[in-house]
Amino acid sequence: MEITREEIMHIAKLANLKIEDSETQKYVNNMKEILNFANTVNEVDTDNIDTSIHAVETFNRFRKDEIHEFGDRDILLANAPEQENGMFKIPKVI
Amino acid sequence: MSKEDYEIVMGLEVHAELSTKTKIFCSCPTEFGGEPNTHCCPVCMAMPGTLPVLNEKVVEYAIKAGLATNCEIARNSKNDRKNYFYPDLPKAYQISQFDMPLCEKGYVEITNKNEEKKKVRLTRIHIEEDAGKLNHDDYGRGSLVDLNRAGVPLIEIVSEPDLRSAEEAEMYLRKVKSILEYIEVSDCKMQEGSLRADVNVSVRKRGQAEYGTRTEMKNMNSFRSIVRAIEYESNRQIEVLEEGGKIDQETLRWDDVSGKTFSMRDKEDAQDYRYFPDPDLALIKMSEEYIENIKKSLPELPESRKKRYIEEIGLPEYDANLITASKHLSNLFEKASEICGNYKAVSNFIMTDITKFLNEKELEPDQIPFSGEELGNLIILIDKGTISTSIAKKVLAVLFEAPEDPMKIVEKNGWLQISDEGAIKEVVLKIIEQNQQSVTDYKAGKKQALGYLVGQAMKETKGKANPGMLNKMFMEELEK
Repeated sequence: MEITREEIMHIAKLANLKIEDSETQKYVNNMKEILNFANTVNEVDTDNIDTSIHAVETFNRFRKDEIHEFGDRDILLANAPEQENGMFKIPKVI
Repeated sequence: MSKEDYEIVMGLEVHAELSTKTKIFCSCPTEFGGEPNTHCCPVCMAMPGTLPVLNEKVVEYAIKAGLATNCEIARNSKNDRKNYFYPDLPKAYQISQFDMPLCEKGYVEITNKNEEKKKVRLTRIHIEEDAGKLNHDDYGRGSLVDLNRAGVPLIEIVSEPDLRSAEEAEMYLRKVKSILEYIEVSDCKMQEGSLRADVNVSVRKRGQAEYGTRTEMKNMNSFRSIVRAIEYESNRQIEVLEEGGKIDQETLRWDDVSGKTFSMRDKEDAQDYRYFPDPDLALIKMSEEYIENIKKSLPELPESRKKRYIEEIGLPEYDANLITASKHLSNLFEKASEICGNYKAVSNFIMTDITKFLNEKELEPDQIPFSGEELGNLIILIDKGTISTSIAKKVLAVLFEAPEDPMKIVEKNGWLQISDEGAIKEVVLKIIEQNQQSVTDYKAGKKQALGYLVGQAMKETKGKANPGMLNKMFMEELEK
């Protein structure tokens, strides 16, 4: 299975990762290995198996529409690098 | 070629916040407002290791919306992750639905100005979570993230590209809003952002079979801005094509202040959301019985009310259309009519005075602050002759400002209609005394002079005189 440098750069962009040009070849090789490994699944004979749409078979695990307030904002914000007026402070977004 | 040689083609994506008590995947309240980050918990804040559990009401409400818009309801459905980075989305993915939405292939019927009916097809309705809100700090140096809204349940209603004018788009949106209000799954307050629409717009030459390249417009939060945005964007596209240019497929942000659209993302960033099934959530399976029960629980829809108003009450189709277009207006009409027993008078009052007031103040029917009881009691006061119709207009203005029992408003302001014969006669004689010319005119055959005299008497009594009695008494005096 082939993969190009462009594809690696595209995936990096989607994943918000910064990859130096010098690193791309390494990732091309790694990704090839991963894909080849995953491709072994294709060898399984699936002719008589229903298509699965989800990893687990459980269904209808619902919650009642009842309010339970968590009630501790300080704990929720405890690990925020910066906060202001009870909100996470982040670099300016336009 | 001119503008008339082009046809506008549009589809709408309507997002409606569901009026459940709690969020879609956790038990935090959905209530609007509140101190920042107080309607939050580790789940909606995307803390590592937390697990979402689907709110059963969200599924029920979405299916209600699907049934009310003639959709096919899926027997099997699931939630998928839609991946993108934005600071208002703490998980860096939105839990939505990709290829197996709860509802598909519906339609909504609209009636245009020429009373022609048109079916607008719905592609799908799916459930998803809302994002948080970004605020700006006092000094403009950073952004502040409030996640109270993150995880509030939404349904997204996607239409086919069946709309052909800004007017049709507005009618469609009003119809969707009215249906969602009737079935009580969303309060549809555009001003609070609980109903929002993105519009896909393209233009093509009339007679051309294939669609033009479309742009998607976001950030419109009123009917007026949607209509303006469509008009602006379709004209822009026609101009580009007329000058030999090409339309870029892009996402545009509508700016209400400048009245223009601006590009949000360019083509190179073409969306690639890498959807995949959310492994933290179980599949959704709907039984026939479950769907049947929801179907039975649906309240009367606008179409059915409209039919009832026309056939049973005898309202003109136009009036029935306008009143049933809003659940609030329709409920107001029903309650007021029940109180006063005079359907025609209530409907006339809504069609004239109330509609005029709403238009002047640019209010939507759901912003009417008074109740059906109060309106019904106002009609009773008119019917009993306690107040004149001109005073009724003044009472209505007060009802919009500070609603209370209309009789109290009348008493406080001294607006009781003068129906005392002696008092009326006094006014009539005074006006005749002061307007001898009109009396002469009347006697010379100019019957319209009577209207002038009655008008003067109304002015004299600040609109409080009983107009019927005034008329009668003037005639008697003038015929003497």
